[in-house]
Amino acid sequence: MKIEEIEQEIINEFEHFYEWIDKYDYLIELGKSLPLIDPAYKTNNYLITGCQSQVWLHAEMEGDKIIFKADSDAIITKGIVGLLIRTLSGQTPDDIINAKLEFIDKIGLRDHLSPTRSNGLTSMYKQMKLYALAFKTKMSQ
Amino acid sequence: MTIDINHIREDFPALHQLVYKRPLVYLDNAATTQKPKVVIETLVEYYSKQNANIHRGVHYLSQQATVAYEDARCLVQSFIHAAHSREIIFTRGTTESINLIASSFGKKFIKPGDEIIISALEHHSNIVPWQIACEDRQAILRVIPINENGEIITEEFEKLLNEKTKLIAIAHISNSLGTVNPVKEFIEIAHKRNIPVLIDGAQAVPHQGIDVQEMDCDFYCFSGHKMYAPMGVGILYGKEKWLEELPPYQGGGEMIKEVTFEKTTYNELPYKFEAGTPNVGDVLGLASAIKYIAGHGMENIHQYESSLLDYATKKLLEIQGLRIIGNAGIKAGVISFLVGKIHPYDLGTILDKLGIAVRTGHHCAQPVMDRYDIPGTVRASFAMYNTMEEIDVLVEGVKKAKAMLE
Repeated sequence: MKIEEIEQEIINEFEHFYEWIDKYDYLIELGKSLPLIDPAYKTNNYLITGCQSQVWLHAEMEGDKIIFKADSDAIITKGIVGLLIRTLSGQTPDDIINAKLEFIDKIGLRDHLSPTRSNGLTSMYKQMKLYALAFKTKMSQ
Repeated sequence: MTIDINHIREDFPALHQLVYKRPLVYLDNAATTQKPKVVIETLVEYYSKQNANIHRGVHYLSQQATVAYEDARCLVQSFIHAAHSREIIFTRGTTESINLIASSFGKKFIKPGDEIIISALEHHSNIVPWQIACEDRQAILRVIPINENGEIITEEFEKLLNEKTKLIAIAHISNSLGTVNPVKEFIEIAHKRNIPVLIDGAQAVPHQGIDVQEMDCDFYCFSGHKMYAPMGVGILYGKEKWLEELPPYQGGGEMIKEVTFEKTTYNELPYKFEAGTPNVGDVLGLASAIKYIAGHGMENIHQYESSLLDYATKKLLEIQGLRIIGNAGIKAGVISFLVGKIHPYDLGTILDKLGIAVRTGHHCAQPVMDRYDIPGTVRASFAMYNTMEEIDVLVEGVKKAKAMLE
């Protein structure tokens, strides 16, 4: 599936939630249900430090696509990590670089990706784009 | 006289608003307090009618502003019972006050191999300036450990003292755990060896009466914004004998007596340490805040906030799996806590959605969190305008978040 299609899928899922509490319940469930990263990658090498919560991110190429795996020590952060992985993992470097991820605004989670939250998500998002750029450069060499 | 809580709440416009359609419950007072109308009005009044640069102007407005500014200094002096108004230096806040002493005291008195002592309870603002000073002077920073309850271990403190110890810097009240340190006892011990003591009073001044002469501290630092005054203004109190000896921190206007390209002589106290145009408006705001809290009586405020702390502690501990980090014998209105294995960020996020403003994370005291091997805590901190009902809302909020997150 293309990134925009996955985004639309997520927007549709979140449309059912009228109350914030349902949205957060869903994020918490997502966070709990996703064993996102191999413990081997849950080390300082893969750590993106936030002031509030931490995120671990690992990326590797499979064919022409990047596979991201990530985790967080906070469940709500982990739920949002899961959404970022769902949209960007398994996509090509070009598509990842060009992705706008408008779903974040549309499902009302923009403030979680604000740098002032300092929960590691903003840095994770930037890091995913940087990985895509790095893999793209490597592929063209 | 007791606190008239309803009347007080009316004085704070920011408290009367909805957050995510719920009434705001503001429990992040250790970070900053809301401002009473009188303080806001002082700022409006100053910039509407009085604004002028002070001390140098012969014109009417400048003189008016100068008088108001110097009156504020005298008010701070009497508020903390300093011996002279020239012992009161206006700064940007506690952080700048500590940096000033770390820099100026360091330059004058710290030599390679000397030692500075802090405690394991300190805010980063009372750690990093000393690390910089130690690096600069090739000195050594010593840290007094704390016990499991979050209290500084006095015997360990005494063990650290030696002939190389040049200064001790300790918080009056811990911002992360709420521990009230026996600063007077520490100062007595240090003074027996003629070692000066700096107290970081940022968390203490809004909550209890301060008498720097009775405490006998050499330096006392605090911020306006944690005591209902505007941001960007703070105080450094220093005993005159020390301030006279210390070199200036920054150069510029106001702090000079005579400037030639060959040599500059410095102004007398307190102006020696107030380079540049002072923050007159916020200083007047601070004066207004002091009048406001002093009007309610520091002892009344202290007693009322203690009752808030006792009630919150009791009610929170009724929640299964909740543990309070920091159980010192004497505490001020700060409760740091965790619930089961729930991450503090998750708990804080849900409380926020319920309109409850608490702090989560390491509270600028990472070494304290390391001591307990935790990523951070949720911290509720109280001010004179908080109510028992708000504590009930907090407790219900924690229960709700717990049900969602566990």
